[in-house]
Amino acid sequence: MAIKDLPAASTTTASDRLVEMSWDPITRIVGSLGIYTKIDFKERRVAECYSTSAVFRGYSIFMKGKDPRDAHFITSRICGICGDNHATCSVYAQNMAYGVAPPALGEWIINLGEAAEFMFDHNIFQENLVGVDFCEKMIKETNPGVWQKAEKAEAPNAAAHGYRTIGDIMKSLNPFEGEFYREALVVSRYTREMFCLMEGRHVHPSTLYAGGVGTVATVQLFTDYMARLMRYVEFMKRVVPLHEDLFNFIYQAMPGYEHVGERRILLGCWGSFNDPDHCDFDYRKMSEWGRKMFVTPGVIVDGKLVTNDLVKINLGIRILLGHSYYDDWDGRETFVSEDPLGNPVDRRHPWNMHTLPQPQKRDFKSNYSWVMSPRWYDGKDYLALDTGGGPLARLWSTALSGLVDIGYVRATGNSVVINLPKTALKPGVTFEWKIPKYSNTIERNRARTFFQAYAAACALHFLDKALECIRAGHTKTWEPFTVPKDAIGCGFTEAVRGVLSHHMVIRDGKIANYHPWPPTPWNANPRDIYGTPGPYEDAVQNTPIFEENGPENFKGIDIMRSVRSFDPCLPCGVHMYVGDGKTIDVVHSPMVFPDAPG
Amino acid sequence: MATVPKAETVVNVLWINAGLSCDGDSVALTAAMQPSIEEIALGALPGLPKVKFHWPLIDFSLGGAEFLKAFFDAEKGQLDPFVLVIEGSIPNESLKKEGYWSGFGNNPETGQPITTSEWLDRLAPKALAVLAVGTCATYGGIHAMAGNPTGAMGVPDYLGWDWRSKAGIPIVCVPGCPIQPDNLSETILYLLWQANGQAPMIPLDDCLRPTWLFGATVHEGCDRAGYYEQGDFATEYGSPKCIVKLGCWGPVVKCNVPKRGWIGGVGGCPNVGGICIGCTMPGFPDKFMPFMDEPPGGKLSSGVSSLYGNVIRGLRAITVKTLDEEPKWRHPGRELTTGYRPNWQR
Repeated sequence: MAIKDLPAASTTTASDRLVEMSWDPITRIVGSLGIYTKIDFKERRVAECYSTSAVFRGYSIFMKGKDPRDAHFITSRICGICGDNHATCSVYAQNMAYGVAPPALGEWIINLGEAAEFMFDHNIFQENLVGVDFCEKMIKETNPGVWQKAEKAEAPNAAAHGYRTIGDIMKSLNPFEGEFYREALVVSRYTREMFCLMEGRHVHPSTLYAGGVGTVATVQLFTDYMARLMRYVEFMKRVVPLHEDLFNFIYQAMPGYEHVGERRILLGCWGSFNDPDHCDFDYRKMSEWGRKMFVTPGVIVDGKLVTNDLVKINLGIRILLGHSYYDDWDGRETFVSEDPLGNPVDRRHPWNMHTLPQPQKRDFKSNYSWVMSPRWYDGKDYLALDTGGGPLARLWSTALSGLVDIGYVRATGNSVVINLPKTALKPGVTFEWKIPKYSNTIERNRARTFFQAYAAACALHFLDKALECIRAGHTKTWEPFTVPKDAIGCGFTEAVRGVLSHHMVIRDGKIANYHPWPPTPWNANPRDIYGTPGPYEDAVQNTPIFEENGPENFKGIDIMRSVRSFDPCLPCGVHMYVGDGKTIDVVHSPMVFPDAPG
Repeated sequence: MATVPKAETVVNVLWINAGLSCDGDSVALTAAMQPSIEEIALGALPGLPKVKFHWPLIDFSLGGAEFLKAFFDAEKGQLDPFVLVIEGSIPNESLKKEGYWSGFGNNPETGQPITTSEWLDRLAPKALAVLAVGTCATYGGIHAMAGNPTGAMGVPDYLGWDWRSKAGIPIVCVPGCPIQPDNLSETILYLLWQANGQAPMIPLDDCLRPTWLFGATVHEGCDRAGYYEQGDFATEYGSPKCIVKLGCWGPVVKCNVPKRGWIGGVGGCPNVGGICIGCTMPGFPDKFMPFMDEPPGGKLSSGVSSLYGNVIRGLRAITVKTLDEEPKWRHPGRELTTGYRPNWQR
């Protein structure tokens, strides 16, 4: 089937044969995403890519008029794999609006819960969803030549992880039959137990509230967590070297793979893990306490740190509609004209936006997605920041700022050093993640593995701090508060796959406006009003094709690896499709479609 | 009525996650251990038929047409038998002129998304059973809250509460927001046994929930119910006492989580300090909001329990004090005071 509504090629190309291919829905992600492409098989590259999401739910609409204290219970339901990140972010925004700071122990418990979420979520995504794209079964179908090399390639870190060849690693990643695939599933469970110890239930927490947590803090709580954490630390001592071997092999076996999923370095990280010794949730001091987070916030453009100031980050957010199914909010009410520091707040900032759905046919020449286009305005340009799938931006930002130094982790200015202590069967190990040359598919995936170790190392620190509180008799985990009649709040944190902010306006004690901005809309958005493609679209466009199959039995593995490297989570989305699986449509001589977006 | 497929028949599980959902029930299933998803997929339990999952979250395919083939085959009657799993609430697509609230793959004829409700129309009549997973799919849930723009509803609202599959099985509802992992894997296991002729008709209550999972209230399974009985109520979150006065709806919500825990017996709701917000109930969320206020109907019963509970607690405190003391005959020295009369001293 040809997808007749894709616009004609808008770029000039040497080839006169472009084949339309799509994947809709994409599997092995969370949510409904479609990716639509035009592929130039002669040049072996992707000429165009469109990303679309298939679901609209309307949180910002049905939250209006509700009790603000319900916000985190409701917003948790936005996402079924990182809902707790939403709940946490909402609690941060509520704390600001209510003027309450939880007892330190409450914050350490939230940090331990969130660290467990990173450990669980990255693990299951990397090994059970992404890993399948690199498993024996898949490689044999897409790149038999690479499989032959893998079988013979000795794994340099075999002593650390126990697999002699790269082929052995790939076999262990086969779904269900693979040993490492099954082990990862088991790990995903005990890490969720760690999460449940702190936040009650995965994925929508039961014990999280504005003002702290309802978790009963005892010695047992922390030792139950610690026993599992040390098993995970030992597991990571095998997993980091395993993925180093696998990803380095991909570069070696397919020279030029650096350019798969590559885009300009435009990364955003909103910071994670507040330090209760500094964070009081007062907006006026947000620049300072934001820099004390255990993952440092930052905007990175072309490898340079533009800012690590959460106030600047907040004020720079702009929501553009682009090619999405919404009406503009021109002429509607502005809720917040200046922030508590007196800075002007833009009409396109989340505090001031309105969600006005306008369901319509999908038309790639005009509107084609339920995802809006968030951008970060640096005073000059509306930057289409991506999150690098989460870990790439987090490690990059933390490394560049060089502010974190807690023994277990240390940021050096150009790297992040992770120190894992002795465990049952392995001695202490130090890993170092160094800022890479590229923002591409492989580096997004590599960073994910390192960040799992980073989160575990941070959890060791949080445990130390929590036990200090307990031993000193400070067992209070929650601070009472009252909801003011009128207030505003914002929360900044990292969802597992990247930047997350919640923006709330309270009037007459009720929610007047509430807009969450999760990572996937930042990554999966369609072309904006200026024609700038969203990051998935941008990363897939011009990606070279290494798959050995031709158009007849093309699977699109390089494209899917690129999209998955961002860790899509679409209860927000991208759609790709391969017509009816195979060929498709031949678009003759490239002509710039007059109104083609982007 | 149990349906017995021919020997070697493969039971397909077709999973549509594109209701209005968060995919939290798919994610929860990966956490199940009793049984685990790999045990079901690998046939590790007795009486299981061969099972083939067509489940977006972990499917080997890269998606698109390759993944959707099973769904189109099922529609054509070429994939029999199959269990249809629906995750997420069903938006009302007839409220608007065009477009879609929720789509799952494309219609080859139009190039436009096939809506989730259209998939239900196409596949439900052919399915051995329809399994609604999570509170969104069962009763509408969070996306069907007052003020919602999509007119969302549960699968029984859409297909009809009296709907029966061609095998005579009602819609099977496993609510929870998200679903308790083992509650789901266990129900899937039951349905697969039933499909294989190994179990009788699945027992369901009048809200279509498996009776053995949802027959008791949160309170009946809660380890803090003892505090309630003694009229000992928490006034601040973080206390180990009964939290009904802080917003917990446990006494009137059907759910087994405090008893079962969340994963591997760990976690839960009121048992670990989280108010029960009624997330398994058809009235969720509206009838439980604002979540953090004391349930209005609970004031009477907790008031009464405070009256007699205080007395009982006082009496029990005396007894506990007695029980905290060892019997007086446990002591060193030359004298035995246990009541035994040793014959060596006679």
